[in-house]
Amino acid sequence: MKHRTFFWFILPTLTAMILFIALPIVSVMIQSLFVQHEQVLVISKSCGPFGCQETTSIDTEATAALREAQPLGRFNGLGTYFDRSHLATAEVAEIWRTSEGLGSFLPGLMDLKFYKAMIFTLTYTFTVTPLVLILGLAVAVGVNNLPNALRGVAIFISLLPFLVATIVGSMILSWMVDGEGIIGATLQNIFNDPTLSIKASTPLMWIMLIVYGVWHTLPFSFITFYAGLQTVPQDTLEAARVDGANKWQTMINVVVPHLMPLVSFVTLMLLMDNFRVFEPIISFQAEAHAQSLSTFIQSDLKEAGNPLYASASATSMLTIIGVVILLTPVLIRTWRDFNRKAH
Amino acid sequence: MAIKAENRLTTLKVVSYILVAIWLIIAAFPFLWTVWGSFKVQGDFFSKADWTNAIYGIFTTRETGGPFTLNGYYGAWIEEEFWRNVINTTVIVFFTVVISLTFGTLGGYALARSGYRYAFWLLMAALVFRAMPHITLVSGYMLPFFEWNIWGLKGTSIIVLVAINQPFTLWMLHSFFLNIPKDMDESAMVDGCTRFQAFRHVIVPVMWPGVITTGLFSFLLAYNDYAVTSMLLSKPNETMVPAVASFLGTVQVQGNIMFAVAAVVSATAPLFVLILFFQRQIVSGLTAGAVKG
Repeated sequence: MKHRTFFWFILPTLTAMILFIALPIVSVMIQSLFVQHEQVLVISKSCGPFGCQETTSIDTEATAALREAQPLGRFNGLGTYFDRSHLATAEVAEIWRTSEGLGSFLPGLMDLKFYKAMIFTLTYTFTVTPLVLILGLAVAVGVNNLPNALRGVAIFISLLPFLVATIVGSMILSWMVDGEGIIGATLQNIFNDPTLSIKASTPLMWIMLIVYGVWHTLPFSFITFYAGLQTVPQDTLEAARVDGANKWQTMINVVVPHLMPLVSFVTLMLLMDNFRVFEPIISFQAEAHAQSLSTFIQSDLKEAGNPLYASASATSMLTIIGVVILLTPVLIRTWRDFNRKAH
Repeated sequence: MAIKAENRLTTLKVVSYILVAIWLIIAAFPFLWTVWGSFKVQGDFFSKADWTNAIYGIFTTRETGGPFTLNGYYGAWIEEEFWRNVINTTVIVFFTVVISLTFGTLGGYALARSGYRYAFWLLMAALVFRAMPHITLVSGYMLPFFEWNIWGLKGTSIIVLVAINQPFTLWMLHSFFLNIPKDMDESAMVDGCTRFQAFRHVIVPVMWPGVITTGLFSFLLAYNDYAVTSMLLSKPNETMVPAVASFLGTVQVQGNIMFAVAAVVSATAPLFVLILFFQRQIVSGLTAGAVKG
C-alpha cells in the first residue's frame, strides 16, 4: 500500500489515539511536575490601644484568582514523586534504618500509601494470573471431555461472570458475602462466630478480592484453552497412546506443549488486566483494607471539590512505568519475531 | 497393567467432571440467586436467620401479600429514575460502537495491507496503549476538560471511549483483514479501481462477520465501562454502571438496597440476551488473536 493511501486510511484512528491516549499521557507527565498553589496569605497589622497585633489571614480572592490564572499550579519538579504519599524515599530510608531484617521492614512499608497500593496490586496480579491459568486449563480439559450437547451450555454459563461489568459482578458477590448475605451468614454458622465478617478483616478482604478476580477472569483462559484443545493434532495423540502413554502423560507431554503459545498470550492479557484492578475494590467498598494503584489515583481525583491532580498524575506515571516494565519481555520477543520474519 | 491404566483414566475423568460441575455452579449461582432475590424484599434477600426465607419469601409475603414483589424495580426505575441512565447508556454505547468500527475498519485494513515497518510499530504502540490502566488516562483528561468546559458531556465520553477502544479494535480487525486474501482487492485495483474503491466494493461486502464480532467487544467495553464514565460524566448524563455504583452508596443509607439489586439485574439482563444470541461470535472473537498467534 502506498504511503499516501495508508495515511488517509489510518488518519481517523491515529488522530483519536494521539489525542486521547498519547496526549493525555503527556498531560499526566506535565501535571505531575506541578503542584497546587499555596493559599495567598495576607498579614495585616491592626493597632489598638494595647499595641499593635499582626494577624495572618487567607486572601481567598487572590488565591482563587491565582488558581484561575495558572490552573496547573506552581512548578515542583520531581518533588511530588518523592513525597510522603508516593516514593517516600526519606521515609523508606528511615524505616530501613530502624528495622531489623525484612520482617519488620515490610509492615513499615505497608504504612506508606503508595507502597501499600503497589504491594496489593502486585500480590493480586501475581496470584490471580497463575491461578486462572491452571484452573482455566483444568476446566477446559474437563469441558472437552463432556458430551457435545453439554459443551455449549457449559460455555454459555461460563461466559456470564466474564462479560458482566466488573462493578456489577463484584457487587453481586459482595452482597452474597455480606454478614447477612447467604455466603456470609453460612460461614458464620459453620465457624459458629456471629461476628465473623469478611468485610472487616484485611486478610479476608484480600482473599475475597483474589477469589473475585479468579471468578471473573477464569472464563477467558478457559475459552482460549478450550479453543486450543480443538486443534491438538489427533495423530500425535494417537501416537502417544500407541507408545503407551497414559492420559496424564499425554496431557503433560503433548497437549500442554501444543498450548504453550496460547499460555503466553493468555498470560499477557491477564497481566495487563489484573494490573489495573480497580472496580472490585470500589464494589466491595474495600478501600480501607486494600488499595490498588488505580483506586489510589481515583481517590485523589475524587477529593471533594479540590482534586489532587499532581498526586494522581505522579501515581499515574509510576503506574505507566510499571505497565511498561511488565510488557518489556513481550515487546522484546515480538520485536525479535518480527525481525526473524523480515530477514 | 492395562486395568490400572483404565482405572486411572476413569478417575481422571471423574475428577475433571467434578471440577467442571463445581465451576459451573460457582459461575451461575450468584446470578440465579440475585435474579431470584431481586423479586423479594430486603428481609428475604439478606436472610441471616434462615436462608430458606429467600426461597419461600416469608418476609415478602408478610410485607406485600405475595411471594414475589416488583417493589425493587419500581423503586429503581421510577423513584430513582434509572430509565434516564438506560437512555444515556443506549446513546453512548450506540455512538461509541458505530464510530469505533468506522475508524477501526479503515485503520485495520490499512495495517493489514501495508508491509512497511511503521505498520508494525503502530501495532506495537497500540498494544502498549491497550495496557494503559484507563484511570491513568482519566487523570490526564480531567484538568484540560474542565478548562475547556467539555467535562460531563455525553459527546466527550463517547469520543474518549472510542479512543480507548481503538487499540483493541485495530488489533482484532487487522487480524480479520489478514484472513481476507490480498488478491481480492488487488485484482480490483488492476481493473482500475482506486484503493478506496477496492475497499468499498470488494472488502466491505465480505468483512461483516469480523466487524460484527469486533462490534460485540466494542459494545461490551462501552457498556461495562466504569473508570471513564464515572469520572467524566455529570450526574444527569450518567450511564447505568456508574449509576448502579452510586446507588450503592445512597440507597444503602436509606435502607433501599433492593433498588440497587433490581438495577443490577436490569443492567445484566441485556448481556444475558447478548450471550444467548452471539455466543459463537464471542467465543471466536476471544480466541481470534490467540489461535492465530
